[in-house]
Amino acid sequence: MNIQDYQGIYVFIQQVDHKIASVSFELLGKAKELAKSMETEVTAVLLGYGVEDLCPELARYGADKILLVDNKALEVYTTEPYAHCMYHIIEKYKPAVVLYGATAIGRDLAPRVSARVKTGLTADCTKLEVAEDGTKNLMMTRPAFGGNIMATILCPDHRPQMATVRPGVMQKIKPIEGAKVPVEKYDLEIGAEHVNVQVVDVIKKVSNKMDIQDAKILVSGGRGMGGPENFKLLEDLAEALGGTVSSSRAAVDAGWVEKDIQVGQTGKTVRPNLYIACGISGAIQHLAGMEDSDVIIAINKDENAPIFEVADYGIVGDALKILPLFTEEVKKAMAARNA
Amino acid sequence: MNIVVCIKQVPNTNEVRLDPVTGTLIREGVPSIINPDDKAGLEAALRLKDEQGAHVTVLSMGPPQADAALREALAMGADEAILVTDRAFGGADTLATSTTIAAALKTLPYDLILTGRQAIDGDTAQVGPQIAEHLGIPNVSYAEDLKVEGNEVTVKRQYEDRYHIIKVKMPCLITALSELNQPRYMTPGGIFDAYREKEVKILTRADLEVDDTAIGLKGSPTRVWKTFTKSLKAAGQQVTLDPQESADYMMEKLREKFII
Repeated sequence: MNIQDYQGIYVFIQQVDHKIASVSFELLGKAKELAKSMETEVTAVLLGYGVEDLCPELARYGADKILLVDNKALEVYTTEPYAHCMYHIIEKYKPAVVLYGATAIGRDLAPRVSARVKTGLTADCTKLEVAEDGTKNLMMTRPAFGGNIMATILCPDHRPQMATVRPGVMQKIKPIEGAKVPVEKYDLEIGAEHVNVQVVDVIKKVSNKMDIQDAKILVSGGRGMGGPENFKLLEDLAEALGGTVSSSRAAVDAGWVEKDIQVGQTGKTVRPNLYIACGISGAIQHLAGMEDSDVIIAINKDENAPIFEVADYGIVGDALKILPLFTEEVKKAMAARNA
Repeated sequence: MNIVVCIKQVPNTNEVRLDPVTGTLIREGVPSIINPDDKAGLEAALRLKDEQGAHVTVLSMGPPQADAALREALAMGADEAILVTDRAFGGADTLATSTTIAAALKTLPYDLILTGRQAIDGDTAQVGPQIAEHLGIPNVSYAEDLKVEGNEVTVKRQYEDRYHIIKVKMPCLITALSELNQPRYMTPGGIFDAYREKEVKILTRADLEVDDTAIGLKGSPTRVWKTFTKSLKAAGQQVTLDPQESADYMMEKLREKFII
């Protein structure tokens, strides 16, 4: 393999029901920054059926080029047809870097592709940098041992260098209005031999809740809330503040709340403007998912709880007693402001 | 039906602590367990065995100590256990690991291969799909439920906001979520059999048809360049006040930060 033959950063654009996943825009933003250091371009790889009209959006979020495979077999995600496309794109265009979101799609697709191409894949990265030793290698940093340690991984002798990246970690760019970039259509045959699973039904999870990764204010509860009934206190505060309720893993494991609001290593990474941790001790796995929040307030009975190590403002006390009073104060302040 | 369940022995990362002075992991005294997602895969296999009859083989790649995880699986009801172990496999990343496991699987009959979605020490979720790719069989990841009828598996495949109900023909590989089931306990008779009656078969480098360049450190495209402990941001203020004062204190801080 001649490494010099591999050029450019390719971003797999995750599109479901004609909607591009937020993480794909985040990756375009990061790729643009990396491309500057590598002196190369960012190509958005869009797979789907009848999705050409999504191209302008990709241009606005930083793609220099778009590669489009539009095929009926790509209408609903299944592993093999998508892997088939990514494999042929890599063979034909020889990118130096391929990035995927660390989603339930990206974490299925990327390993299958890496095994076919026989290259390295670093999972769930939280940081990407370009080596300054002249190699311009991609330095991929990820948490390991449940977030207890961080590891920086290289893929020095194989190309492309591939990574999945945690949603919510990288920053989108401010959209460039009116951006226009070339779109190349790649007509790829997807034969019946590549279609070996059948999606017989799609069941959407009913949720009127906001995705916690989009929330500006999160009111989060853990084991110290004592039981599911006390999550009402968090909902009341969240409503008063215009925020959303999230939780620690303990509350999910106890069956008090749904997994989709879990913050942390095995949940979601969040970085809201305000994170209020109530009755959360702050296992390292939890901290890994929220420590980049702008302002962190923690309420916990145990003055030695690790959550206080990342909190800007720590209150030693009983969240169940403090929350109703705090919610009242917030309501009063809001009412005064709106009067 | 031949089912092979791939399991990994992992340190219970929930009990891993950092040495506050050196900042390194304290591994001593941390118990080893069967990785939770893998254990759900094993339970799914054992239920299929109970319901419709199946031969369940558990396979693990790892150091000789992984014998304990395989014995536990036997005590839960697995029929056969295989340990894939050799110094030549050491230092493997996910690609080399999946290549090695796939080579071991090629020596066995299988209709259904079950793995966990991901291991709690690495959290990569890569080895399952990669094994399927090496074997040239379909995979379905993130299974929250599965049924087998004849030659076909129906999987409830989890995504962030939805499920796909997927039908796939065997042979195939499914990666299991720990939400799939509640694994059974070992039985006293099972434990007795696992240690007295049953054997853990060993497969080494010599038993596998695989290139030296595809296994161990040599077969690993990725390199760990450095590891470090995360430096947490500096702690802020900590106060102990009565509930009303606490509420007032938080209000004051939110005003200072212009959040309210």
